[in-house]
Amino acid sequence: MREFDIIVVGGGHAGIEAACAASNMGCSVGFITMDKLAMGRMSCNPAIGGTAKGHLVREIDALGGMMGIIADRTGIQFRMLNKSKGPAVWSPRCQSDRKLYSEEAYSVVSNTKNLEIVEASVVDIIAEGKKVKGVITATGEQIQCSALVLSSGTFLNGLMHTGLNSVRGGRFGENPAIGITQSLINMGFESGRLKTGTPPRLKKNTINWNILEEQPGDEIPQPFSYQTDINNFPHLPQMSCYITYTDETVHKVLEKGFDESPMFTGRIKGVGPRYCPSIEDKIVRFADKNKHQLFLEPEGLDSDQIYLNGFSTSLPAEIQIEALHKIKGLEEVEMVRPGYAVEYDFFPPSQVDLTLETKLIEGLYFAGQINGTSGYEEAAAQGIVAGINAALKIQGKPEFVLKRSEAYIGVLIDDLVTKSTYEPYRMFTSRAEHRLLLRQDNADRRLMKYGHQFGLIDDKLIEKLSTREDIITKSVKLFENMKLHARNINPFLESKGSSGIDSAETISKLCKRPELTLKEIIGLNGTEQNPVVSSLIADEKALEQVEIELKYEGYIKRQFDMVDRLERYEATKIPLTFDFLTMKALSTEGREKLNKIKPRSIGQASRISGVTPSDISILLVYLKN
Amino acid sequence: MTSKSEPVKLDTSRRDELPEDTIVALATPPGIGAISVIRISGQKSFESTDKIFFGKSKIINASSHTIHYGKVSGDGINFIDDVLVSVYRAPNSYTGEDSVEISTHGSPLISKKIIELLLNTDVRMAEPGEFTKRAFLNNRIDLAQAEAVADVINSRTEASLKGARNQLDGVLSNKVHEMRSSLINASSFVELGLDFAEEDIEFINSNELDKRILNIKTEIDKLLSTYSFGKVIRDGVNVALVGQPNVGKSSILNYILKESRAIVSKIPGTTRDVIREEVSIDGILFRLFDTAGIRFSEEEIEKEGILRSRQTIKDSDVVIFIYDVEQKIDTELLNEIYTLISKDKVIVALNKIDILPNTMLKADVYISALTGAGMKELFKKLKAQTFGNSVYSEKTAIVSNLRHYNCLTKANEYLNNARESISNKLSGEFISVDLRNAENSLGEIIGEVTTDDILNNIFMKFCIGK
Ligand SMILES: Nc1nc2c(ncn2[C@@H]2O[C@H](COP(=O)(O)OP(=O)(O)OP(=O)(O)O)[C@@H](O)[C@H]2O)c(=O)[nH]1
Ligand SMILES: [Mg+2]
Repeated sequence: MREFDIIVVGGGHAGIEAACAASNMGCSVGFITMDKLAMGRMSCNPAIGGTAKGHLVREIDALGGMMGIIADRTGIQFRMLNKSKGPAVWSPRCQSDRKLYSEEAYSVVSNTKNLEIVEASVVDIIAEGKKVKGVITATGEQIQCSALVLSSGTFLNGLMHTGLNSVRGGRFGENPAIGITQSLINMGFESGRLKTGTPPRLKKNTINWNILEEQPGDEIPQPFSYQTDINNFPHLPQMSCYITYTDETVHKVLEKGFDESPMFTGRIKGVGPRYCPSIEDKIVRFADKNKHQLFLEPEGLDSDQIYLNGFSTSLPAEIQIEALHKIKGLEEVEMVRPGYAVEYDFFPPSQVDLTLETKLIEGLYFAGQINGTSGYEEAAAQGIVAGINAALKIQGKPEFVLKRSEAYIGVLIDDLVTKSTYEPYRMFTSRAEHRLLLRQDNADRRLMKYGHQFGLIDDKLIEKLSTREDIITKSVKLFENMKLHARNINPFLESKGSSGIDSAETISKLCKRPELTLKEIIGLNGTEQNPVVSSLIADEKALEQVEIELKYEGYIKRQFDMVDRLERYEATKIPLTFDFLTMKALSTEGREKLNKIKPRSIGQASRISGVTPSDISILLVYLKN
Repeated sequence: MTSKSEPVKLDTSRRDELPEDTIVALATPPGIGAISVIRISGQKSFESTDKIFFGKSKIINASSHTIHYGKVSGDGINFIDDVLVSVYRAPNSYTGEDSVEISTHGSPLISKKIIELLLNTDVRMAEPGEFTKRAFLNNRIDLAQAEAVADVINSRTEASLKGARNQLDGVLSNKVHEMRSSLINASSFVELGLDFAEEDIEFINSNELDKRILNIKTEIDKLLSTYSFGKVIRDGVNVALVGQPNVGKSSILNYILKESRAIVSKIPGTTRDVIREEVSIDGILFRLFDTAGIRFSEEEIEKEGILRSRQTIKDSDVVIFIYDVEQKIDTELLNEIYTLISKDKVIVALNKIDILPNTMLKADVYISALTGAGMKELFKKLKAQTFGNSVYSEKTAIVSNLRHYNCLTKANEYLNNARESISNKLSGEFISVDLRNAENSLGEIIGEVTTDDILNNIFMKFCIGK
């Protein structure tokens, strides 16, 4: 009988991170996937990152995950989004070559030591005395383990809809996973149903490109990964996306199909994402908008397919093609494959703990869409946390939980567990109350220490980081005292349209002027002779950090006000054995929710919906007794 | 070998923190009053009372809300006092637990002895605020009410009780709730704009946002401006009676008090020290200070008294400057008063108009301590002095609590920052930091955001026995 320390079920983005992290931490890992060539396959759009999701990728990378590395090697367009806003909401995004991404993922996984890829379909989970023991595959094989990570994506009882036709499957042309859900329900888990959709794929050479608006990548593309060699980046030739719009005639055509929409006719029982709605949802919900933006995204370097981002739909195929032909540039387009909706089982995530271990079965972890999230990045983020925790548990080490004030990953998991989503959960910057601190540019400063601690980040990277950290600290201190004199700087200020100064001003103060950059200021006479300044100029990344710290000092300070205020809540721990049911002062709903979710801190308790502020006060008074 | 569904049992061993022990304390202020009340609360209240109380029947058998006469004794032989015992059964008591109130005659010694006897049974001394804390934990009152109770305990006047009750009824809470939700509403537009930054939708423009923030700020400013008034309601108004010797200061005070506390005499300079009395006029607490007549004197005691008078003037909210029909106004003295307190806080009163009703002398009010003439007019002036032009009704949200005042001030600062960010054309995430901080500050007032500090603040403000 085969036996592994850890089994990971599902070769998607969550599974890859979980399997790689656990095996890199020294555990033997059996990575079970139905089709090894489908590893890391992008079932939705061929892109990684985007608003808030890009932050997640950077964080996964800082922890020693794979997503950033794979994306960097297979990206065909890199863009930093939201550049017109402040640095906290800048988000990296790339278009990927769908085929190469999957191949690269397979190569990364198969080159990982301690890891064995097992091609099989899991039909049952074995647990004994509330402890996980292994799985049974469709061929009847039993594989044993001490910990099991379930990351089966949209495959659990997957059902695909186009119009009123529905086919069983987790992804186009792939079989669903049957059995796991029932096995979990038998163990006492509660399951639910969600849906997500994809847009139609178009034939590249049937699009009238000449009349469409081009959207190229950044002139100087930035990689996701801290490990990517900037001199050898990007790997692949770069491509553009194109933009077009729907209009009212398009909407009219689509509306014809509403009678046959699996959504509107109630054939789909799952709840869809509010934030990434299908085109039919958008038409209904934003009735006053007479056009919607669409992106034509390349599927790959030598793919003849185009992904129509923004046009996710499950309407009948005839309606889809009729509507497409009314769109500018798509008048004669051929549809390679219609859009469809996928319905799948998920397990409301109040059933897992902040480590992603289920509360019901010891050693069983859930990661990815099984927890109700949407998106590759959200899945991968959970994957790495589940993988690390499974390994830590086997090694008898303390668990790994990121705080909300530390990482988007912390926000993600806390939200899942505490708010237990009943619709697909997607990350947004607004979900992070400490947004100004959780930037994509400082993910390494926030998290790399953990990756290193678990052996997922090598010494060289961490040394580089600590050298940089040193430069940053020294520079900030220096610039708070180092003054520039009026006679030296006024001509420069004048040239920038900035008002002159009277006698002298610190660099820190000058840097706060929006019209000036730190680089320009310290480039002025003499300062670069200072060894701290010259080391700073030599390190672009350090320079960026120092500039942000100085420019937004006041805001960052006030953000810390909030952290401090909330942190005390987080620090007030609720013992695991705390019995909420006997506390008659709590509101009835609050008591039930608290008992179900079993929050670990007052902070977590306060975020549970249905727990009232007065419940929180009561808990505080109790805990102080 | 799939395991069957069976919910996991977690260790439910109960933390023994439920306030189940029985506590006792003096509920009335220590000191000599007509009656003292000793309050007991907890499971053993009745049992313990029965050990020291000797009446017709046992308290443990008594029904709720009944009063029982009897004697207190440690041994059943030597009786300490006659008492009345009120019985309150859970959950219909202040704390929500079984409780007893023992009313005794006022001597502190007697209350002390009774409490000592109780402490020998299964009862322990209560911590400050513990009764209210139990009431809170047993869902008898909410946090805002607990805070209001703390205010009531410290309040001295009818109006202040009204103010506290007004808070209990939630006038201030409602106002703050309202402001907070419009703030959350405004900031959700900012967030939407950030979440959908890639799409070409504008959710709110900066002018509109600024306007909304400004509206909330205006409301906060209004509330903040009620604080001085709210403070008066809570703490009372200090009024100094000042004037030359023998003009009738003490007589006026006596008239107001309707009792002869201050010594009235014909010999100038009778009052050598500052005499303080409290009186409630239309529900507002006035603290009247009768000062020594001010004039040059060789006598040591008098000098000392005069010095104190000066200090009293400085500390007061209003000064009534008194002279009488038999002498002309001492402008030198009046001018000196003006150096101590601003002119608009001084009421000039001409006394003894019963002697010379048609006097040509100038004053703000014409009164007689002997006949009471003009006294109504004086009270009116006093009230006008305190409240200025502000109109107060029970429906007005008033800030009288320092913690609330501080939270509002903080919220205001954050909103100022947010407006500055808007005018500097910074993007949404910067505006959002301050909006969220402001939301939290408002939330702290109404308990939407609770911190340990607040709880400590509330429960520590109490005296033992509350
Ligand atoms: N006719 C008349 N006599 C008054 C009136 N008010 C006070 N007196 C008398 O004036 C005398 C002095 O009164 P007090 O009240 O002791 O005067 P005071 O200002 O307190 O004097 P000092 O304490 O000595 O500064 C007493 O004999 C009072 O009876 C009044 O309104 N009418
Ligand atoms: Mg006197």
